[in-house]
Amino acid sequence: MKRSMKLAPVAMLGAVALVLTACSSSTTGGTATGPAASGLAGRGPITYVQGKDNSNVVKPLVATWNAAHPKEQVTFKEQTDSADQQHDDLVQNFQAKNPNYDVMSVDVIWTAEFAAKGWLQPLKGKQALDTSAMLPSTVKTATYNKVMYAAPVTTDGGILYYRKDLVPTPPKTWDEMMGMCTIAKAKKIGCYAGQFFKYEGLTVNSAEAVNSAGGTILGTDGKATVTSADAKKGLQNLATAYANGNIPKEAITFKEEEGRLAFENGKLMFLRNWPYVYNLAKTDGSSKVKETFAMAPLPGVTGPGASSLGGHNAAISVYSKNKATAADFLKFLTSTAQQKAFVSQGSLAPILTALYDDPALAAKSPYLPVLKTSLENAVPRPVTPFYPAVSKAVQDNAYGAIKGEVPVDKAMANMQKAIQAAGAQ
Amino acid sequence: MSTEPQSGTDLESGQAGSPPNPDKGDMVRKEATQGRAASMLIAPSIVVLTIVILYPVVSAVFQSFQKDAGLDSATGLFVAGGFAGIANYTHWILQQCTAGGVSVPCPPGTLGAQFWSSISTTFFFTVVTVILETAIGFGMAVIMARTFRGRGLLRASVLVPWAIPTAVTAKLWFFIFAFEGIANKMFGTSILWTGSENPARAGIIIADVWKTTPFMALLILAGLQIIPADVYEAAKVDGVTAWQRFRHITLPLVKPALLVAVLFRTLDALRMYDLPQIMTGGANNTTTLSILVVQEIRSGNFNSASALSTITFILIFLVALIFVKALGVNAVETTTVSGRGKAK
Amino acid sequence: MTTATATQDTEPGAHVNRKAHNRKRWESRRTYVFAALIAIWCLLPAYWMVVTAFRDVGFTYDATPFFSHVTLDNFRAAFSTDTGNHLARALVNSLIVGIITTFISLMFGIFASYALARLNFRAKYLVLGFILAASMFPGVALVTPLFQLFTDLNWIGTYQALIIPYISFALPLTIYILVSFFREMPWELEEAARIDGCTKSQAFRKIIMPLAAPGVFTTAVLAFITSWNEFLIASQLSNGQTQTVTVAIASFSGSQPHQEPYTAVMAAATIVTIPLVIMVLVFQKQIVAGLTAGAVK
Repeated sequence: MKRSMKLAPVAMLGAVALVLTACSSSTTGGTATGPAASGLAGRGPITYVQGKDNSNVVKPLVATWNAAHPKEQVTFKEQTDSADQQHDDLVQNFQAKNPNYDVMSVDVIWTAEFAAKGWLQPLKGKQALDTSAMLPSTVKTATYNKVMYAAPVTTDGGILYYRKDLVPTPPKTWDEMMGMCTIAKAKKIGCYAGQFFKYEGLTVNSAEAVNSAGGTILGTDGKATVTSADAKKGLQNLATAYANGNIPKEAITFKEEEGRLAFENGKLMFLRNWPYVYNLAKTDGSSKVKETFAMAPLPGVTGPGASSLGGHNAAISVYSKNKATAADFLKFLTSTAQQKAFVSQGSLAPILTALYDDPALAAKSPYLPVLKTSLENAVPRPVTPFYPAVSKAVQDNAYGAIKGEVPVDKAMANMQKAIQAAGAQ
Repeated sequence: MSTEPQSGTDLESGQAGSPPNPDKGDMVRKEATQGRAASMLIAPSIVVLTIVILYPVVSAVFQSFQKDAGLDSATGLFVAGGFAGIANYTHWILQQCTAGGVSVPCPPGTLGAQFWSSISTTFFFTVVTVILETAIGFGMAVIMARTFRGRGLLRASVLVPWAIPTAVTAKLWFFIFAFEGIANKMFGTSILWTGSENPARAGIIIADVWKTTPFMALLILAGLQIIPADVYEAAKVDGVTAWQRFRHITLPLVKPALLVAVLFRTLDALRMYDLPQIMTGGANNTTTLSILVVQEIRSGNFNSASALSTITFILIFLVALIFVKALGVNAVETTTVSGRGKAK
Repeated sequence: MTTATATQDTEPGAHVNRKAHNRKRWESRRTYVFAALIAIWCLLPAYWMVVTAFRDVGFTYDATPFFSHVTLDNFRAAFSTDTGNHLARALVNSLIVGIITTFISLMFGIFASYALARLNFRAKYLVLGFILAASMFPGVALVTPLFQLFTDLNWIGTYQALIIPYISFALPLTIYILVSFFREMPWELEEAARIDGCTKSQAFRKIIMPLAAPGVFTTAVLAFITSWNEFLIASQLSNGQTQTVTVAIASFSGSQPHQEPYTAVMAAATIVTIPLVIMVLVFQKQIVAGLTAGAVK
């Protein structure tokens, strides 16, 4: 027996390849007309797929629906708590054309990708939704190529948490905030932090810096626009603040939770984070700032800055057989009663403008008025089918620039090129 | 210890000395019978491996020659890409990206730009972790093999790190290495563990060594069990030093098990994913090949990801080949080759 | 195996003198020191896991190195089904999948490695190469094709959708270890047993298997833990009914979006580790049985 026989598996692979290629199927679903045209009037049981139901909002909501629709029962399929896992699960099921994934919760940043893949039912005709009562920025996250593909269900915007015992009036502009950093330095605490670890949160924060300074990541034509003077100024703001210590060194390891921890421990004066911090900073046993923090809109050039948007949309799969029921369920999710449940039970920001002025809700969730300002000035993260690659282009280059490893000019030039490369394979 | 030649081919070698002609036919018959028996015994394993491994590998190889879906600018929808030739491979190996219809070197901030750095990262992790795990694992195994009160508890505690699911291990270490985490607190340091290359890599290596050394230790321990205690006793009586005992008795005897352990550990380390993914997300030069594959899949470029998987497969295959050639990790070699050699 | 039959002429007791006795004591002390070091290295991070598991969620990031703000809430949360955590069911699933996987891969592995170690056939190196090559493809890239295959078979959410991949992950290592063990076995004993009237399979079971026990039990532990720890395949190919512990733990969430449920995750991980520790305590005798025990001879 020759030793070279150990190489034989390669030959075997080749042989089997010939056999199996015939069976492999193409994985892309470019034709939207086929499945998107069927099942439009279908009624019957459907499945709603969503990530982990953190605070038990969806289960009661589905129960309410089921009580009213005995013949169109909704089954709730709960995914894991990890966004990546949710994304992978949806992609797998779309690729397998699974008709049992009828309605799914889709992160705002996936909506364009799934729509362009032809997996989401355009909300036109019978499936159309009335968007007049919704926050316009949330509708933008659900719209791709001028077509609405999903119903905004929950949203999320950045808020500036600050220490009211140290700064009685919150800063309105970035420069004003940087000016206040001497107070933090005197107290020997960090001045400002957001999410600067290299992950999706950095894209959010970089986009906010760029948008707040008047720049954009993508132009209206979908082309990269990060080499503009305003865009550069936005990222430069972060890089300068990190270099001069206004952003503490450890902030480049911060995701949401590390920043919240630093703020709750009294080690930060300003924190950019999501509304969820409010409840925890108020109630956490270890929180040292329970009574001494307050909230304000993110600072911009002259007034409020431009928050990036978080949140989830609900979309109908083109492979669903009961699209009429599914469309009704979307309307149900965006109805006032259910939207109230999202905010009061789940601390999930509603997409209906009117609810932000509801005194009863604001009493329970005092961040709502601030969040309203934030959302009114919000800019969705780039709505592009190549979002993962665009986001990577932003975070990789912004990370180097903030850490001072790459000059901002060069980082933005690279970001521009990387975004251009993202859109073409 | 010479492996006895008659083992493996006991019946044949019993006849090895007899005149060649009559038993040549017998030999062939024997081999045919054994071949039938062998194929029945091996079939279940091969069937399972074919379904779960071979089928995906083959379909990946096929996909890697297809273009990824491109965007039809008129409809805004993706359309299937068609035949790509070796474009997906050159994309990675030459780090060529397309921007605006022209081929350009992949700029920083694209996955393509990370190909070679992810290979060096992967090999760096592999070499360092495998060496550390082998050395520490050997030490653990030697202690675990001794007879002393409470060794059952020691064995159980050694397996604790390995019994904790990797995803949880990664979270645990992420938590430990947080800026205000217990590691910095215990050592009174303020290291940004995930903030720059060296600490990030060190953190991942520590976590991986903690997690996987028990695997090595257990395999080496099993190998040590084959060595009869009286060999040691005899050696001790003869006044052989501990190092000599290790060098001339333990090591040669445990070598087969050790090499199998190191080989499989290497193959696993070359595919490392969870720990760096959860601890650093691939930041600061900790992106391994597997992380790159997943990021490419998540970007929707399944075919280009298949090319990368295939490249990874080939790389690992080459490493395994070198391994087998250089160290002779071959569980059956001595026995069968000598047996057959004699028979011929 | 010439050494196995080595003559036992050296009675250790005959050589005991004071010096040797002292050396022995010193050696045993050294053993204990090393054992303690190993235990600390292995258990310290796990200790931190347990401390976190017992800590009030409001003090998640408290870095006090000993137990503080102790509560059982995390364990309650881990098991509470009304928040959608199904740890108990997941434990059962993981056990079922793990045990079946271990059993089948051992069975297949013993068959295959017996053939590879003992029989002569042409494709031996081809088979060995193929088996090894199965450990070379990035696991992350296996998920999609398997998902498509199992969807076509309507297997998503069945146990076999997990067990079959897990067997294939465990098999290469199982086979390689067992072959390396079988190679060292004193097969002439098997011959002797056959002359005494045993059938080939009886001889194998009664003579060879007990000798190979450390290898077999080690591989059993390896196969079981491989299956117990697997996450990627399980997260995509299981559903609520067949969810394993790794997936169940990944499904834990904080009470708020963005909140990392560290305490509950650590509580669950603590629970999940216990069965394995018990298993090792139960089987540790077998893991080190075999030749050293000299029981067979």
